[in-house]
Amino acid sequence: MTDGNDIVKPIIGLEIHVELATETKMFCRCRNNFGDPPNTNVCPVCIGMLGALPVMNALAVELAMRVGMALGCEVPDFTKWDRKSYYYPDLPKGYQISQYDLPLSINGHLEVSLSDGTTKDVRILRAHLEEDAGKNVHDNPAHTGVDLNRAGVPLLEIVSQPDMNSAEEAVAYGQAMQRLVRWLGASHANMQMGHMRFEPNINLHITREDQTFKTPIIEVKNLNSFRSLENAIQFEIERQYEQWRGDNSYTMENFPKQNRGYNDATGQTVFQRGKEEAHDYRYFPDPDLVPVVVDDEWRKRISRSIGELPLARRKRYIDHHEMTFKEADALTMDAATGDLLDAAIADGADARRCVNLLLGRGAALANERQCTIAQTGITAKQLAQLAKMLANKEINATAAARIFDMLVDSDSSAKDLAETEGLLAVTDSNAIETWVEEAIGANAQAVEEIRSGGKKAKKAYGFLMGQVMQKSGGAAQPGRVKELLDAKLGRE
Amino acid sequence: MSSIVELSAVELATAIAAGELSATEALEAYLEAIEKLEPQVDAYNEVLADHARATAADIDTARTAGRPLGPLAGVPLAVKDNLCTVYGKTTCSSKILADFRAPYTATAVEKLLDAGAVVIGKTNLDEFAMGSSTENSATKVTHNPWDTSRVPGGSSGGSAACVSARLAAAALGSDTGGSIRQPAAFCGVVGFKPTYGRVSRYGLVAYGSSLDQIGPITVDVSDAALLTNVIAGHDRRDSTSADRPAENYLAEVEKPVENLRIGIPDEFFTDALDPSIGEAIANAADMYKDAGAQIVDVSLPHSRIDTDAEGNLSSYAVACYYIVAMSEASSNLARYDGVHYGHRTNQDVDGIVDLFSLSRAEGFGPEVIRRIMLGTYTLSSGYYDAYYNKALKVRRLIKNDFDRAFEKCDVLLCPTSPTTAFEIGEKSDDPLTMYLADIYTISVNLAGLPGISIPARLDAGGMPVGMQLIGPAFSESIILRAARTYEKISGVTRLVPNMARN
Repeated sequence: MTDGNDIVKPIIGLEIHVELATETKMFCRCRNNFGDPPNTNVCPVCIGMLGALPVMNALAVELAMRVGMALGCEVPDFTKWDRKSYYYPDLPKGYQISQYDLPLSINGHLEVSLSDGTTKDVRILRAHLEEDAGKNVHDNPAHTGVDLNRAGVPLLEIVSQPDMNSAEEAVAYGQAMQRLVRWLGASHANMQMGHMRFEPNINLHITREDQTFKTPIIEVKNLNSFRSLENAIQFEIERQYEQWRGDNSYTMENFPKQNRGYNDATGQTVFQRGKEEAHDYRYFPDPDLVPVVVDDEWRKRISRSIGELPLARRKRYIDHHEMTFKEADALTMDAATGDLLDAAIADGADARRCVNLLLGRGAALANERQCTIAQTGITAKQLAQLAKMLANKEINATAAARIFDMLVDSDSSAKDLAETEGLLAVTDSNAIETWVEEAIGANAQAVEEIRSGGKKAKKAYGFLMGQVMQKSGGAAQPGRVKELLDAKLGRE
Repeated sequence: MSSIVELSAVELATAIAAGELSATEALEAYLEAIEKLEPQVDAYNEVLADHARATAADIDTARTAGRPLGPLAGVPLAVKDNLCTVYGKTTCSSKILADFRAPYTATAVEKLLDAGAVVIGKTNLDEFAMGSSTENSATKVTHNPWDTSRVPGGSSGGSAACVSARLAAAALGSDTGGSIRQPAAFCGVVGFKPTYGRVSRYGLVAYGSSLDQIGPITVDVSDAALLTNVIAGHDRRDSTSADRPAENYLAEVEKPVENLRIGIPDEFFTDALDPSIGEAIANAADMYKDAGAQIVDVSLPHSRIDTDAEGNLSSYAVACYYIVAMSEASSNLARYDGVHYGHRTNQDVDGIVDLFSLSRAEGFGPEVIRRIMLGTYTLSSGYYDAYYNKALKVRRLIKNDFDRAFEKCDVLLCPTSPTTAFEIGEKSDDPLTMYLADIYTISVNLAGLPGISIPARLDAGGMPVGMQLIGPAFSESIILRAARTYEKISGVTRLVPNMARN
């Protein structure tokens, strides 16, 4: 892709807008909910009606601070609200209430895991709260509709330093942020619902023959999926390099920062007419809102509410419970699943068995139901008992799987279900012997193949085992079955 | 003309509660007065006769049924047309809101209604409360009941004229730089601006958010106390409303302030002041002194008024006020963009920017446009520090001046306005001259303090002269009591213009 000895280093910063998971909007009591009919979650305040006044949503501030502190940011003593002015149909007041020079979090960082196993620490410049704008809807050729349901929803804007150097790193950072905000209960971060939006800032440092050229910084507006984030960045890197190759004057010194949009259908970024100049937002402190003064008591309280963070827990699982990276990672996608695991272990269950159950049937059900493993409904107590029964060979693995599937929708204990469903392991030699004899009797060919010891022997053996297990309703203790089967077949 | 309209709000409320007078009778008396005098005064944008009658009937039914009545039951009031009401329209005397009907009622008005008041109608104002004469109204010009060739003052000119001509027992106005006090002075009535945050701003169409306050315009001080009782108090819908309970100002109003110390600010008495007004204030100070008060000289250095060689006036306080007010106003009026409510242009538009510009150009009057443009400039990049930010710093100095003055006195006494009511059209050509008319009132808004204007006396020409009492934050009780004292020692109260006499 690059000419000769050109060294192209992409410099990428990412702004992420996260919609917070509050019940109500940032400055009024309208419902914060995606997908409702247009203009049904509105009131004089978020419509920007004359005489209406904003009232700060304290939970939103708490959640924002929680995210800030989890990112290692400093939460200053004093933070305030500013008005950011511009005209647009989806911005009913003609200004957005945001934070300008004194945001509620500054100077943090996020550790990001990359696919090659390395990690990258991305510095975070600031995180601030603001209200979201409504939506312009263009589904009617005769007019544009304005839906204000989203106007006023709390938005946390997290701004990174330009520490990333590839689309992959940016996506990994975005995913790490998604995981973190979900972990903290600050946002559902559901991409389809527009809970997270990305705006990467990209330019290139191109070194050719000991000279370094810097292309102009381009901000790509409003990307709402990881795929579009990756594609837009990749496209932009290539586009900037091509443009610079064709015209070496295409540099930061000669061109100001520009905005571009992204076309999902073509996978290309596009120049946005009319957005070339930097907008003067005329920021000033909002006289309708009082500033927020933060003391150490408050900071301590927020800090305590954060608990163990995902990466720390992942490390703990690898170090203390000997999980693989993949296993630990899967179990630390959300806080509740790990909490569930930890509680079961604290209850005396064996970690490995719990992990297998959670990542086996647990993950399968979660996938089916489009929820987290914890959200499938199994409790720590149920899980612990199930794991212990397995350890005591009271049930076999097949039975355990079936019981797990039942436990998620039931309040019963593992023990009760095993009994009522007849899944307690059958170790009674007499019973097993009967089944073995029946299986042998009914499958002469398989027996022949086993005895002859040829290529089909192994498969036939497995088949016979399966027949016995089937007769037992899955409850027979496999170890015992094997012993008796071998004995009957004359194998030692 | 009925003698009912000569009663104060307190007297009306008492009479109605006692069954001596029905709410319907009271209302009809005022509606009759409106029919007779409103063509000369033009105080009302909208008279809500049917709605008022229905309310009065409800009050009467409640009374005869023995149900408890609020402290303002049956009292006919007027409300400035920049306070949202679900009844009638809320136009702010602007074309951009000519047909606007609010879906909710302002907290202060709701409180009046809960107290049993009967809202007769919405009164005229300078468009979006921007002005000092009500001449900036896009609806009509209101006339001073004392001399109809003169302005009633502004921006609450309609409310002041209304009360003055006895077309309502009392009214609500709003005050950003003197808009309650100055028209009260021009119309010979009482106008009270409480401490910033004392009354909820929810439902008041914002002009200068850090300056705006709602307050009563009444025929005497006791009425002002009664109305303040009703409208004051914390409102969780207004983040800037003070979290302190309202007091019972009416219960205290008759008690004189013991050892009252009255401060006279040096800087306010300059050549710019009409001599007859200066004399009236001096006279008032003497009367207070005779009644046992102590008169003290104080200084408000940053509120001083300078005159240059050409006779042009300037004042830090006026400059500071206009920068702050216009900056905030430019932002507060951005919502009138023709998209969600209010006037939208009917002309063909070429894109959304056209829609915004044309709707606003058509809907806003020249003074409003002027202030939006100035306010946009003072907030813009490269100018913010020199103007807005600097004004905020000057504002702090102005407030500090007042804090220091109040170490030496309980209230300040000074003029409300440098002149009495001027003629319609006299000042409307030169906005700057008009701005300087606010010289005595704007510092009070900048410092967030309470201030009242009461009639001092009539001048030689028979026009009312107002005087102002200013107090520390949340000193409403002291101010009202000191004002009541003046009514008693001077006998100046309940002035009635000729047109309203029987």
